[in-house]
Amino acid sequence: MAEVLVLVEQVDGELRRSTLELLTAARVLGEPSAVVVGAPGTAAVLVDALREHGAEKIYVAEGDAGGIGADFLTPEVGVLAALVERVDPAAVLVATSADGKEIAGRVALRTGSAWLNDVVAVAPGGSGDGSVQATHAVFGGAWTAQAEALSAHPVVTLRPGSVEPVPAEGAGVEETVDLPAGGRRATVVAREPAPAGERPELGEATVVVAGGRGVGSAERFAVVEELADELGAAVGASRAAVDSGYYPHQFQVGQTGRTVSPQLYVALGISGAIQHRAGMQTSKTIVAVNKDPDAPIFEIADLGVVGDLFTVAPALREEIAKRRS
Amino acid sequence: MVVNGSGLNTVVLVKQVPDTYSERGLRTSDGALDRDAADAVLDEINERAVEAALQLREAHGGTVTVLTMGPPRAAEAIRKALSMGADAAVHLADDGLAGSDAVGTARALAAAVRSVGEVDLVLAGNEASDGRSAAVPAMVADVLDLPALTHAREIVVEGAEVTVRRETDDGVVVLRAELPAVVSVHEKINEPRYPSFKGIMAAKKKKVTALTPADLGLDPATLGAAGALTRVTAATPKPPKAAGDKLVDDGDGGARVAAFLAAQKLI
Repeated sequence: MAEVLVLVEQVDGELRRSTLELLTAARVLGEPSAVVVGAPGTAAVLVDALREHGAEKIYVAEGDAGGIGADFLTPEVGVLAALVERVDPAAVLVATSADGKEIAGRVALRTGSAWLNDVVAVAPGGSGDGSVQATHAVFGGAWTAQAEALSAHPVVTLRPGSVEPVPAEGAGVEETVDLPAGGRRATVVAREPAPAGERPELGEATVVVAGGRGVGSAERFAVVEELADELGAAVGASRAAVDSGYYPHQFQVGQTGRTVSPQLYVALGISGAIQHRAGMQTSKTIVAVNKDPDAPIFEIADLGVVGDLFTVAPALREEIAKRRS
Repeated sequence: MVVNGSGLNTVVLVKQVPDTYSERGLRTSDGALDRDAADAVLDEINERAVEAALQLREAHGGTVTVLTMGPPRAAEAIRKALSMGADAAVHLADDGLAGSDAVGTARALAAAVRSVGEVDLVLAGNEASDGRSAAVPAMVADVLDLPALTHAREIVVEGAEVTVRRETDDGVVVLRAELPAVVSVHEKINEPRYPSFKGIMAAKKKKVTALTPADLGLDPATLGAAGALTRVTAATPKPPKAAGDKLVDDGDGGARVAAFLAAQKLI
């Protein structure tokens, strides 16, 4: 069976969940080979977890990578591109993220490979000749598209949360590979990781409570946060709310923000312009509270409440707390 | 070059896209974005890239050239950028470019950048609102063997060096590189200026160079839908979600939502 290269991501010596998802998805296409790129010592603490998730091989490229003063992303690109040329893998899997997409696009460019970007599922191609096909969820899931790679060793960016990680035994044979040198590069001067909040990550949350223009001010967004905390939810915001300065930009849900697909989406004071709906309309259950009975959000809400969010949301929070106790 | 004192020569990559405030869809025939179905506008993020270029020109001198690859109607996007104050434009157009994938797009744009001559800085939006691969600027850098500094919330040029504050969902990374370099801008980098009446009038006299892939020596087999390495085999719209119950809050709205969520086993 052909190898499938999986780019490993870690935080403080722990594999990211998205890496476990990639290792699981890789098994559908071939034998997973984990690729670790980082400072010396990065791989040693990850090896056991990689073996427990089915990595048959572990390529280790350690040196001036990942830290301050190191080149930015080009070490990962160089290592993956060199491995593609050497082992002719069935595919290269990278998690969809800002960094992941940049790495994937550059590897595809350098190796003449197809790039299947931000897919939610992968499978062997129908012709059985080692080709790869993928499923895309487009426009926030309003459309589903099937795509096929027309090249050898396609590069695939897989959207986090699309695959449930399943443990599997892997031999995890380690092999040291070289970090590529040279070229004109950008180097890292400083890093400030995003602070890990108390709340679940917006893109991965099973429940999202979002506020819109109807919330009215940054201070009053507390009503959205309080309901979110009662539900163990992530907080989102419409573009109107973000543009008005009520809530930070990284929480924007919509066509020009994040796309979410939780089990439950609670929209508070959000009218439901297409701009917003494109980012949340594939949510399994949608509850909307809005003063305007004609708000378009009600067209896609499983339950709509015409009323004041400042009375409905706190009442809902109390009711949930009561039912819980 | 900035280093030899003639100012900063910048090329800004711009793109015309369907307006994100209108409904968008795919063509069921080939799974491509249905560009005729929506209003076309200069992608908002590109206006920020143009604005960043104009601010750098104000600080360091030099020229700003906008470059677009797209059908004839992309001329509207060029005109907007010229009205904002860019000095000149290059329009790479050919029927054979339609349907290009990210790799084909990056190769064609890189070749067009080379045709501009001495370039210190290539600026672009970090992510087009239609394609969203968010990798084309870095891929252009790869073709040109230039450093890529992406998702810039801030850009500082000092001497022959550029420093960028890169902001993504994963946090902030400060990046530095020698010029020439490719920089893509984050949507919070600035507020783009509105074209003035004078700017709009002046734009009509500015030079727009028309280019074809043949002018750049590009192999047609690597471009457009013919050169794309992925093929969409099926595209289906999701059936529209039907509206559920709608009730008017009479003081018991919160309790009724809770009852609904409990019935759905969501709480």
